[in-house]
Amino acid sequence: MAGQQALPLATPAPRGDAAHRGDYLLMAQMVEGGSKVLDVGCGDGDLLQLLESRGIDGRGIELSREGVNRCVAKGLAVVQGDADTDLVNYPDDAFDYVILSQTLQATRQPRVVLENLLRIGRRAIVSFPNFGFWKMRLQLLVGGHMPRTENLPATWYDTPNIHFCTIKDFVQLCDEINVKMERAVALDLYGRPLRLNAPWWFWNMFGEQGVFLLSRAGKGR
Amino acid sequence: MVGMRSISSPAVLREERAREADRPSSQVAAFGADQPLRLDCGVDLAPFQIAYQTYGELNAERSNAILVCHALTGDQHVANEHPVTGKPGWWQTLVGPGKPLDTERYFIICSNVLGGCMGSTGPASTNPKTGKLWGLDFPVITIPDMVRAQAMLIDRLGIETLFCVAGGSMGGMQALQWTAAYPKRVFSALAVACSARHSAQNIAFHELGRQAVMADPDWRGGRYFEEGTRPHRGLGVARMAAHITYLSDAALHRKFGRRMQDRELPTFSFDADFQVESYLRYQGSSFVERFDANSYLYVTRATDYFDIAADHDGVLAQAFRGTQTRFCVVSFTSDWLYPTSESRSIVHALNASGARVSFAEIETDKGHDAFLLDTPEFVEIARAFLHSAGAVRGLVARGG
Repeated sequence: MAGQQALPLATPAPRGDAAHRGDYLLMAQMVEGGSKVLDVGCGDGDLLQLLESRGIDGRGIELSREGVNRCVAKGLAVVQGDADTDLVNYPDDAFDYVILSQTLQATRQPRVVLENLLRIGRRAIVSFPNFGFWKMRLQLLVGGHMPRTENLPATWYDTPNIHFCTIKDFVQLCDEINVKMERAVALDLYGRPLRLNAPWWFWNMFGEQGVFLLSRAGKGR
Repeated sequence: MVGMRSISSPAVLREERAREADRPSSQVAAFGADQPLRLDCGVDLAPFQIAYQTYGELNAERSNAILVCHALTGDQHVANEHPVTGKPGWWQTLVGPGKPLDTERYFIICSNVLGGCMGSTGPASTNPKTGKLWGLDFPVITIPDMVRAQAMLIDRLGIETLFCVAGGSMGGMQALQWTAAYPKRVFSALAVACSARHSAQNIAFHELGRQAVMADPDWRGGRYFEEGTRPHRGLGVARMAAHITYLSDAALHRKFGRRMQDRELPTFSFDADFQVESYLRYQGSSFVERFDANSYLYVTRATDYFDIAADHDGVLAQAFRGTQTRFCVVSFTSDWLYPTSESRSIVHALNASGARVSFAEIETDKGHDAFLLDTPEFVEIARAFLHSAGAVRGLVARGG
C-alpha cells in the first residue's frame, strides 16, 4: 500500500458540466460555504469565479502576468506572485482553505510549498496530474520517451512541470510531513471520479489526476 | 504633447494663475478659525480653504462618491478643460461618462491638495491673517495632512463613506493614506504607480528639483511675488529633470531617438539640436506658467516625508490591520520612479493583513506616465475593479 494512512472516506464527486471542469466542481464541493479561500496558481480565475458564485471569499495568486490581468479584469482579487517565493509572506491561519490546482508539479520545492499551504490555511486542497497513470507508464515502457498526454502536451524541454509525482508518491509525502488526508479522489482522463472502493494501486494506475483535501495532523502522530 | 499650443501670453497666464491660488475657477470649501487643521508639524492651520471639482450626482444614499486624488503637480481639474492651460482634464482616460470612473453612475470629487496652487491653501495663497502671500511662512505639510484636509471636505459634503478613493503616483499615496487613516470610510481603493514610502531615489530627485528652484536668483528666498520676479529657470529645470523620471529610456528612444529638431546637421552650439532637448525645454517652460515654485517645494517635501509603515511601528501590514477595504494596486513594467517592487511590498502587507487585494502589473514602455496615458489594459482593469466593487456596494447590477 502506498501510505501508512487509512484510505480516507471517499465521497461521490460531481460530474463536470458544460460550464465547469469536473476537478473544479469537485474542489468547490470540498469547500464549506462562507469560507475564505486562497487559490495558488489560479490561472484565468475560473475556479475562483466558481467559488465566488457560491458566496465564498476567494483570493488568488498567479505567476503569469497575463493570467493575473485577466483575473483582475473579471473583478477577482488576484495578485501576481510565485508559489515558491511568495507564500512565505502570508501569515499563519490566514485562510480556511488554500487550493493548489495542477500547480504542485511546477513548483521548485513541492514539499515546502505543501507545508506553507497548511500553515496559511487550516485545510489545503491539492490536485496534480498522476505520473503513475497507465498511459504515462505505457509511453515510457513501450515508447521509451517522456510521456505526453492530452492534459500535459508539453515536451520535456519546454514543460513548466519539473516535479512530477504519482499518487503513491504524494501520499508518501503527506505521511512524511505529518499531513492528514481528509478526502482523496482520483479522476480519470475526462475528469470523472474513479470508483470509490478501489484500492490505492488501482487509483495510482487509472487515475489521471488526484485531488486531495488535506489538514494538519494532530500532534503526536 | 510635443507641438506648441497657441496660448495666451505668459504675463496673462501668470496673472490668471495667481488669481487661481486665491479665487479658483472651482468650488471652494472654506474652513474658518473654529475648524483648524492640525498639521503633522504641530501647527493648527486656520483659516484655510480647499478648492474642488465635482462631476455626476450624489445619490440619495450618499453611497456613490469617489474621491480622485491628483499627483504631484496635478490639480482638481480631472475631467474638465483646465482653466489656465485650456488642456483636457488630466485623467479623462478614466473619468467621464461611460469611463471606468463613470460620471453617470458615480459622484466624482477631486480636490486640489493642501499646499497646491490651484485654490487650496498653500504658499501661493494669501494668508488672511497678514494679508500677504504665505510664501515660505506656510507650514511644511505632509501627505497625511493633505488627506486630513480632504476628509474635512468630505465631511462638509455630508459623505460618510467613500465608495472609492483613486489616484496615481502621489494620488495613490493619498489613497493608501486614506485607507490607513480612515479605514471605515473607504469602501474601495485604487492605488496606481505609487508606493507606501518614498525611496531614497525618489527623495534624491525631489531634492534636485528643489535645489534647482532655490538656486535661481529670481527665487529671492521664496519672496519672488513681492519682488516682482519669478524663478522660471529654476522651476523649469526642476520640471525637466522630473519629467525624465516620468518616462523611460525606451519611450524616449521611441519618441525622439537621436532625431534633430528642425535641422539636418548639428549646429555645434548649445542650442536645442535634438528633438528630445526641445521637448524637455517645452515641458519646462509650459510648466512654469501654471505652477508655483514654492508650491513645488512643499508638495515634493510632503511626498518625501511619506512612509506609512513608520507611523505603524515600522510594519506596513499594521497600517491595514482588519481593513475591510477592497484594494486594487497597479504598477507598470517600465516605471522606474515607483517600480513594481514598491507595489509588491504594498500587496504583501495587504495580504498579511487579510485585505482583499488585486494587483496587476501592466506591460508598457511608457514609464511612470503610463497611469496618465491611454493604457488600455490599465483602463480595463480599473473598469473591472470598480464594476465588481460597485456590484457589492449595490451601485451596479450584478453581472450587468
